[in-house]
Amino acid sequence: MTIETASPPAPALEMRGITKRYPGVVANDHIDLEVRPGEIHALLGENGAGKTTLMNILYGLARPDEGEILLDGRPVTITGPSDAIARGISMVHQHFMLVPVLSVAENILLGEETMANPVFLDRREARRRILELGRRFHFEIEPDARVSTLSVGWQQRVEILKALYRQARILVLDEPTAVLTPQETEEIFAVLRRLAAEGHSIVFISHKLYEVLEIADRITVIRRGRVVGSRIPSETNEDDLAELMVGREVQLTVDRGASHPAEVALRIEGLRVADDRGSEVVRGIDLDVRAGEILGIAGVAGNGQDELVEALIGLRRPAAGRITLAGHDVTGHSPRQLNEAGVAFVPADRHRFGLVLPFDVSDNLVLTSYYRSPFARGILRNDAAIETAAKETVAAFDIRTPSVHAQMSTLSGGNQQKVVVGREFGRDLRLLVLDQPTRGLDVGSIEFIHRRTIAKRDAGTAVLLVSAELDEILELSDRIAVMYRGEIVAVVDGPTADKNAIGLLMATGGRAAAGVEQVPA
Amino acid sequence: MDGLINGLYGIPVAGLLFQLLGYLVAVLPIVAPIMLRVACPLTLAALCGVVCERSGVVNIGIEGTMLVAAFVGWVVGVALLPVLPATPSPFFGVTPVLLIAFVAALGSAMLVSLLHAWLSISVRADQIISGTIVNIAAFGVTGYLNELISKSSPTSAGAFSAFVPPAALVNLPLVGWLFNMFLNQGPITMSVLVIVVVLQILLFRSRWGLRTRAVGEHPQAAETVGIDVIRVRYRNVVLAGLLAGLGGAALSMELTNSFQEGMTAGRGFIGLAAMIIGRWTPLGAFGAALLFASSVAVSQSITFAPPAGELGRLLGAIPGQFWDALPYVVTIIVVAGLIGRSIPPAADGRPYEREATS
Repeated sequence: MTIETASPPAPALEMRGITKRYPGVVANDHIDLEVRPGEIHALLGENGAGKTTLMNILYGLARPDEGEILLDGRPVTITGPSDAIARGISMVHQHFMLVPVLSVAENILLGEETMANPVFLDRREARRRILELGRRFHFEIEPDARVSTLSVGWQQRVEILKALYRQARILVLDEPTAVLTPQETEEIFAVLRRLAAEGHSIVFISHKLYEVLEIADRITVIRRGRVVGSRIPSETNEDDLAELMVGREVQLTVDRGASHPAEVALRIEGLRVADDRGSEVVRGIDLDVRAGEILGIAGVAGNGQDELVEALIGLRRPAAGRITLAGHDVTGHSPRQLNEAGVAFVPADRHRFGLVLPFDVSDNLVLTSYYRSPFARGILRNDAAIETAAKETVAAFDIRTPSVHAQMSTLSGGNQQKVVVGREFGRDLRLLVLDQPTRGLDVGSIEFIHRRTIAKRDAGTAVLLVSAELDEILELSDRIAVMYRGEIVAVVDGPTADKNAIGLLMATGGRAAAGVEQVPA
Repeated sequence: MDGLINGLYGIPVAGLLFQLLGYLVAVLPIVAPIMLRVACPLTLAALCGVVCERSGVVNIGIEGTMLVAAFVGWVVGVALLPVLPATPSPFFGVTPVLLIAFVAALGSAMLVSLLHAWLSISVRADQIISGTIVNIAAFGVTGYLNELISKSSPTSAGAFSAFVPPAALVNLPLVGWLFNMFLNQGPITMSVLVIVVVLQILLFRSRWGLRTRAVGEHPQAAETVGIDVIRVRYRNVVLAGLLAGLGGAALSMELTNSFQEGMTAGRGFIGLAAMIIGRWTPLGAFGAALLFASSVAVSQSITFAPPAGELGRLLGAIPGQFWDALPYVVTIIVVAGLIGRSIPPAADGRPYEREATS
């Protein structure tokens, strides 16, 4: 379903009737997509809608069962990534495909090496070309810098340079703004607009509605493997797009109501924490979280948030400082002690921390309580009690699973996260620590988890929300603390917070920020 | 009081240290060639490890690979001895028999490596187990066949001989011993230095090196720019087999002239230690191998030319096992991170699976 215009230029890329079936699902069901030269074309859809499958087909990572791909009007068969690159298609993956220990130049050259002779690389020529490309698109970068020393925003630029170095005409970006601050997002948008102006075609994959409206020339929405609509930004709005994407009316912002903060539940004083390599990454944090409020910690990933969270839940011993929970010193307590004191935790990486994927759903639901009555009788498990409790939680949290004995890894991401939430939320809590609780989830699951979080707050739990996604922080937080290089550089009121001011604080630590009213912690 | 006692003890200890230093300097010209000879198989084992692990494949089967090469080199030599002329040429004592045996040794090591590559890359078996299989099988098979063959065959098919550098060069003041160290060697030992330098340059300056490092660090990233991760790993592991084969051949065809059961005697593992201490770089691995070799060379020197007086008695009292154990102690210290951390390639030992097309 494409939009007809008066005199369409020949499409740079056309995908016709693309169908891809996997056992049990049709990932792509006769998808049509048309991208013109110089156009920024947004592909909008929830996780699992089939965006990634479609792009994998374009990039040669998967073969379509039906349908054809045309480049400049000529049908082609793309056999693999190198074939796609040779045809001028480049992809910037959501998780950057950069080798951290290599230099910028080495990363750009990799696979498309500029050679001085059949054996050795021509590093001088590569350097010259990289600098020249950087100048042309207004982001000059030092080719000899190690990628691991660059910020996320600059790493993304390296990815784009990689594509340009290969003389890509069609550039696919998979959720490119997921990890960027608003300022970095603006900068990347500027780069993309410049690329489009030079005639490059850009496919922009996203599920962020306002971004798509801002950057795209055209928007194609897919749901459950089908194209459900095409729009031009000037003729649509967020609500319309959300409804198309989800298939029902969605409430984009949860009505959170006013908070009623009570006594201080969590008090952090002078907290200092070192990372695995021994360098201090949390540098003297003082913070209070009251019962019945949500405190959001905003910050670019890697500013000490992980270590702060790990110290709070007992995974990492603080180097100095004090953590008190409802008046009791719990500094250095074990995760189990904290759990029993009423601390719950939803991790950012549920596969590494929250769940045991080879176990079934019921076992995952008792990971924090299996050793207690009624789930244990002496040294034996009480399977009947575990199953009954699991069935209750599955019903209460609307976890879609064939049975409580289904293996965890067979559930979708959203339902996996609901298992974590069901386990952690399903009891009386003092403190709830949420570390990017909705990362990688679809709009429906995000809505669900946000609602439950608000409900927990209203029941009198102190909630600490850590997220690199500023939108999530803004949506939920009653107060927002900005973390920069291991310190809290500002605490502002949540409902009245200004997104750009916070973005600036996240990026610079507030040395240059003005207009942010400081609210006492 | 304590200070006084320390002071009293300090005088003879400092004196002994001076004597030891003097002794080491004095024997250096004699010890240096031994050092390089001992370091040769260790370095080749370490380079085998570097080439494998830089591409993301852990190879603890180096020991077994070398053992197979040492055995095959010897057995092919003694089998060909009756049919081919064996008059040594003036060039490193090369004979047609030795040359064919040498090629067979390298080929066998590459085949063993190919087995490890297949198990760990295609089958995605645990790489430690695959390497252990190679070691156990190599030890058993070569030991058994050696038992069968050695009774009815000549014990030796000869060995490559050392080059004799011109006396004028060796007798140069101050640097003469260096020429002796590097030139008074057999062909394999002599080539080690060249291989180290060439590999060092290739690893950091060539397309092969860039792709190898990328595949060992972040195979997904390499795959997305069109590099065939599986092929790069196969090629590297087999190439690494060639290096281990050189090391094995050095053992039975250059440093000695026949095969003994289990003659690698842990050199493959010490090579891995040298690789770690050398931080997965060829030059670093060579340096570490030389360090390990120096402990062997010094212990030999103490046995055959002990220093005079008090120092001689003291050193003589140190059991030989101490020197044997020293490389391992150094390795433990380094691996434990006491002398700066040595960080392996990020994807080292992790089988690569192409993006599941789901």
